[in-house]
Amino acid sequence: MKHVIIGAGPAGIIAAETLRRADPRSTVTVVGDEPEPPYSRMAIPYLLTGSIGDAGTHLRRGADHFAKLAVDIRRDRATGVDVGDRRVALAGGGHLDYDRLLIASGSHAVRPPIAGMDLQGVENCWTLADARRVAAGARAGARVVLMGAGFIGCIVLEALAKRGVELTVIEMGERMLPRMMDDVGGEMIKRWCESKGVRVLTGARVGAVSAADGGLELALDSGESLRAELVVCATGVSPNVDFLADTAVRIEDGVLVDEYLCSSVADVYAAGDVAQGPDFSTGERRVHAIQPTASEHGRIAALNMAGGRTRFRGSLSMNVLNTLGLVSSSFGLWMGAEGGETARAADAERFRYLRLEFQADRLVGALALGLTQHVGVIRGLIQTRVRLGQWKPQLLRDPLLVMDAYLDCTRRRA
Amino acid sequence: MSWQKKILRVNLSEGSSSIEPLNMEWAKAYLGERGLASKYLMESMDPKADAMSPENVLIFATGPLTGTMASTSGRYAVVTKGPLTNAIACSNSGGKFGAELKFAGYDLLILEGRAPDPVYLHIVNDHVEILPARELWGCTVWQTEEWIKARHQNPLLKIASIGVAGERGVRFACVVNDLHRAAGRSGVGAVMGAKNLKAVAVHGSVGVTVKDPKRFMKAVAETKDLLESSRGRKGLTKYGTNAMMDTMQEFGGLPTRNFHEVQFEGADRVNARAMMTSKPNGHVNLLTNKACFGCTIACGRIAHIDERHFTIVNRKEYWHASGGLEYETAFAFGPLVGVDDIDALTFAGFLMNEHGMDPISFGGTLAAAMELYEMGVIGKDDTDGIALEFGNAEALTVMAEKTGKYEGFGQILGLGSRLMCEKYGHPEISMSVKGQEFAGYDSRAMQGMGLGYATSNRGACHLKHDVFAEDMEDQSGRGKAVPCKESQDRVAMIDSTGLCLFTTAAWGVEEFRKQIDAACEGDWTEERLIACGERTWNLERQFNLAAGLTAADDTLPKRLLEVPAPSGVAKGKVCQLDIMLPEYYEARGWTKDGVPSEQTRKRLGL
Amino acid sequence: MHKSLLIDPEKCTSCLQCEMACSFEHEGVFNPAKSRIKIFEFEHGRRAIPYTCTQCAEAWCLYACPVEAISLNMETGAKEVAEDVCVGCKVCTIACPFGTINYNQDTGKVIKCDLCGGDPQCAAACPTGAITYVDADWTGYDRMREWAQKTHSQPSA
Repeated sequence: MKHVIIGAGPAGIIAAETLRRADPRSTVTVVGDEPEPPYSRMAIPYLLTGSIGDAGTHLRRGADHFAKLAVDIRRDRATGVDVGDRRVALAGGGHLDYDRLLIASGSHAVRPPIAGMDLQGVENCWTLADARRVAAGARAGARVVLMGAGFIGCIVLEALAKRGVELTVIEMGERMLPRMMDDVGGEMIKRWCESKGVRVLTGARVGAVSAADGGLELALDSGESLRAELVVCATGVSPNVDFLADTAVRIEDGVLVDEYLCSSVADVYAAGDVAQGPDFSTGERRVHAIQPTASEHGRIAALNMAGGRTRFRGSLSMNVLNTLGLVSSSFGLWMGAEGGETARAADAERFRYLRLEFQADRLVGALALGLTQHVGVIRGLIQTRVRLGQWKPQLLRDPLLVMDAYLDCTRRRA
Repeated sequence: MSWQKKILRVNLSEGSSSIEPLNMEWAKAYLGERGLASKYLMESMDPKADAMSPENVLIFATGPLTGTMASTSGRYAVVTKGPLTNAIACSNSGGKFGAELKFAGYDLLILEGRAPDPVYLHIVNDHVEILPARELWGCTVWQTEEWIKARHQNPLLKIASIGVAGERGVRFACVVNDLHRAAGRSGVGAVMGAKNLKAVAVHGSVGVTVKDPKRFMKAVAETKDLLESSRGRKGLTKYGTNAMMDTMQEFGGLPTRNFHEVQFEGADRVNARAMMTSKPNGHVNLLTNKACFGCTIACGRIAHIDERHFTIVNRKEYWHASGGLEYETAFAFGPLVGVDDIDALTFAGFLMNEHGMDPISFGGTLAAAMELYEMGVIGKDDTDGIALEFGNAEALTVMAEKTGKYEGFGQILGLGSRLMCEKYGHPEISMSVKGQEFAGYDSRAMQGMGLGYATSNRGACHLKHDVFAEDMEDQSGRGKAVPCKESQDRVAMIDSTGLCLFTTAAWGVEEFRKQIDAACEGDWTEERLIACGERTWNLERQFNLAAGLTAADDTLPKRLLEVPAPSGVAKGKVCQLDIMLPEYYEARGWTKDGVPSEQTRKRLGL
Repeated sequence: MHKSLLIDPEKCTSCLQCEMACSFEHEGVFNPAKSRIKIFEFEHGRRAIPYTCTQCAEAWCLYACPVEAISLNMETGAKEVAEDVCVGCKVCTIACPFGTINYNQDTGKVIKCDLCGGDPQCAAACPTGAITYVDADWTGYDRMREWAQKTHSQPSA
């Protein structure tokens, strides 16, 4: 059996390792188009701050890790797939035949269609190569504009601020982290950043970027103009699906997969950021570009590629973020469910916030700011759909009792 | 090492706080907790100051072993001038608050002045805030804990607070921490209230280190083993302190109906066995036992009241478990007021914790009021229509609540027995020393206890000396002075370590010494430790003398000195304080007027 | 056969000796705030529940880690965090449905129970036998595991 995996990120690598265990006699080939050994984007901010070196970003320790597993990691790029002939065409001119194919090609950073975004000094911060360029430009004292205060933007924000740059953040949305935080949380994070000396402009748009005095000038829709030596663009990512354009593989926001992580074409699977798979909370298909989903996708897709029949029960949208020392997290339907109820506890002065969302007597979503202990039980409660019973009214009154509710409910079950 | 070497001083009048280095010279002379706080108190205020004035200083103090792995390391002391006694007050508590204060990095928290408006203190390590407590004023202790934790979204906060009793100056209001642990005696809660301080909330993550970890862990293991295998420890774990009820009943040392009797016919309905026994309807009072921080004894009782009991049948908010009866509460709400209804006792106990009051002084004051009622000095017009008769369980629980909420006759009870009885022209009815009510040991049967009560620096107290064995053996006043003095010094030392007195069920001075010596800098001998205790005792005495107390205050009510015990081993006997006291002054190296001689002061470096 | 921590909440007096022992073992300081085992109290102390990692077979934390900082100790079965590899991204803290791997703000790394390399100090310090270290068969962890299974196998109805 020949397994080919397109993409050497966490989903692809975990799939490769799982295949090696589940289907020991198969050949496993991973195609990755970046020059480095498989690495984690999650680690890039820590590389930027200098707290780790290149090696610290690597997904696996030990230079011979993949060789020992007999997993062939090939530096190349898929340019097309012939699902009839079961063949992947490669940019290097060769091709790979497969019996089962996993698309784990991830996503790429996209820049908004604004004039001047192609100028020198405008960088993404998505790949290791991007990170090195950002690091080179983000010298202490340099004026840096970060475009986009979403999850990725905020991760980079911390790293940039730590490098001692003079930082301005521009977010189009009305609040920071528009897809991970509500107004209350977004506002708290904004105030927190400002208190740490970062300028944050929300509801702001860049009209154009131009070269000026050896640097860059950003013209905002508000009329203000900003000078910068470096512009970091973190406005969004898009799945890497171009090479599938001529295939029957169905694509919406990403590669549509069923509960076995199989695409619309037999023997073609997808996992990770590129996959649009079942969402635990809604049952709909969603792209959840997060590490835990990549890891679960990779594992379950591989089990099925190896001939198993393991159902994926849906990924829970969740994120955890450290913004200049303020830890925030979000889970599931944090914005609320239809007919549901909300519990909130906020202490704006101390930057603490907890919002719980219920449907009937079950927890379906949550937001937390400043909470670092036992935060995982929120996932536990949501994903096991535990009935909270008498705890629900108590949690509506005081959401902080969530750990007590968890222990009491799960112990009652046990 | 072991000391955090840091104190937090808060000036409530100015709304300011500062972190100061601990005076290590004092730490080495007074250890911590009771001793060290007494030293700081003496240096921070004029002992003549009114206890309820801003000039009084309130100190929360941990000991060098607080927050370590030594067994019972959860103790802290609240030291101030007590409004019940106008003497130095030192109330000791367990629970988890004290250790948390230590983990936040402090040996002592010193509170000065008076906040212009109600406030509470929020401490997370070096981060100290004085926050408005307007919304909390008027809340119970239990509401306060919940409110503060929710307000700060921090369930890890440990909280010491006062109820309405403390806010309104009930003379025996206490400071309650962790819902049902209290720095109970002498009215330290009223001082907190007078400072407009509702609560202290603390979370610490600094931790505690010791001088020689390896040696310390060995000493801790050995002393724990010793405690584990001791009979005294086993009894405390299984029965709690209320095991004492049977001993005192049998002995005839159980103060009953305001000390008119020394044995109580209903004792077996409110003793430890009764707490564990199923009632005909199946209800069992005792649910489980729980420990204070670091404690391997776990004498604390967790109990619940029968939901059908008249006290709570219509009050669902009390249909839950909470801190149950320990001996002093059982004695003060049982024999002392003649009540034998264990659910009523338990409910009154809940109310003490919820509203922040000392059960011993409340029981003593209620017993005095009952006597005044039965004498006809007061009537139903005074008592809000309640028949204050000995044995009336409803009188107990209704008055407990009225006092806690500072309503009606509760305001009179809130004066404490001495002021209340003086008000009604019968000071002799108050069974107290220096204004503080007795614990559950009659000093006609227990002579050494009588001497201890009379000389205790905080007024009548059973926990400032330990001549229990001597008293059980011999019911005369002979030879009690020296053991009383020596045990006072020993206990003062133990009260200054951060550990619990109950460890003496198995430990002698050596067990404390080896843990202190491994944890704290300097070489610690038994002599040096005892000297810390003796120094503390004499310092407390000096505070009281400076406050205006004299040898005349080292006495007992006439009932114990002149009225013979009606039954028990001491039948026909009175307390022979007249024999013991002169011997005691001599043993202490004090003048016959009860003043530490120059030589004594020199010897102790005072 | 691996051994596991057996927790009997009925016996727990909430003395926190375990929390001190844990922090002392791992941090060299008595500091419950840094303990990997936590006691939770209910109803004014009526019940106390010691709570820590069960070293579950699903190893959510291990699989969620993007930099392979969490690994299986083959001898003890513990999932251990390599502090020098952990970058502090905290993904494991939201991935673990038991909430037993936590971020330590002081170090910028995560901490979890590692069974003290096979001699868990919490069990050694527990005075009442509420925490014991026994053969895994005895622990009734199958029930906990069932719960763990449920986290990813619950039908999304």
